[in-house]
Amino acid sequence: MYKVKVFVTLKESVLDPQGTAVMGSLHKMSHTQVSDVRIGKYLELTFEEGDYDIDEKVNEMCTKLLSNPVIEDYTYEVEEVVGQ
Amino acid sequence: MKFAVIVFPGSNCDTDMYHAVADGLGMEAEYVWHTESDLSRFDGILLPGGFSYGDYLRTGAIARFANVMDEVVKAANEGKPVLGVCNGFQILLEAGLLPGAMRRNESLKFICQPEPLVVENSGTMFTNGYEKGEIITIPIAHGEGNYFCDEETLQQLEENKQIVFRYNNNPNGSVADIAGITNKAGNVLGMMPHPERAVDELLGSADGLKLFQSIVKSWRESHVISS
Repeated sequence: MYKVKVFVTLKESVLDPQGTAVMGSLHKMSHTQVSDVRIGKYLELTFEEGDYDIDEKVNEMCTKLLSNPVIEDYTYEVEEVVGQ
Repeated sequence: MKFAVIVFPGSNCDTDMYHAVADGLGMEAEYVWHTESDLSRFDGILLPGGFSYGDYLRTGAIARFANVMDEVVKAANEGKPVLGVCNGFQILLEAGLLPGAMRRNESLKFICQPEPLVVENSGTMFTNGYEKGEIITIPIAHGEGNYFCDEETLQQLEENKQIVFRYNNNPNGSVADIAGITNKAGNVLGMMPHPERAVDELLGSADGLKLFQSIVKSWRESHVISS
């Protein structure tokens, strides 16, 4: 089995109003060292073993559904899980 | 002219859309469930607002894979009028029938208010009843109506006159004050404001009725010429 961790974030060129609001609150807490906050999504997918290319699969899923390439970027990590 | 009002789990403006067509316009309308696999009996397709699939993942992201969407794409390619309002617009974006994407409103607030719009292009099948530059009032009601596209796409939208409506006082941060756009062919319109909620003076504005009347007018013209 594989466990795939997918991180979806807004592209750098896209303003993140939620992140900006959160940064404002952090500044109010006196954490003025924080100069930028970007909010994204984290997804965990579990894959059964099989005859397929895991990278190909994940990339297809990310570009067609899990992220919107117009405004979002994604990265992912694949972890092999040894069955019991 | 017969219209399909597509209903997804979580659509909530379907009744208003039906009312606008059946009572406001006096045309035939039918609710069509998202599992439907044939839309050939319809002359126009309407995607209403709401929160299809609870806005899970992204607005419109799940609805885009509904059975009926293959048929909506087919109808769009055949040149039939396809109108997506609010969540319907978001679904059209996710389906790739229109360019761009939606972000959360700049204010992070859900905004529900009458909104003045400028008619930018009165030459489309959706806007032939308006004057270019005319200011109309149509209500908005959305949390994610902050339209985004890259510079290159924006330039294409401008050059092809695909920007149909702009906000007069941009309420949500949309790029270039965009409130509604068409595809290049001009038969698919997506807009965040709700014309179906503005078909009667009693409800504050009847400015949206002309949009539906425009669709019928251009449909009649093209069918008289072709027959």
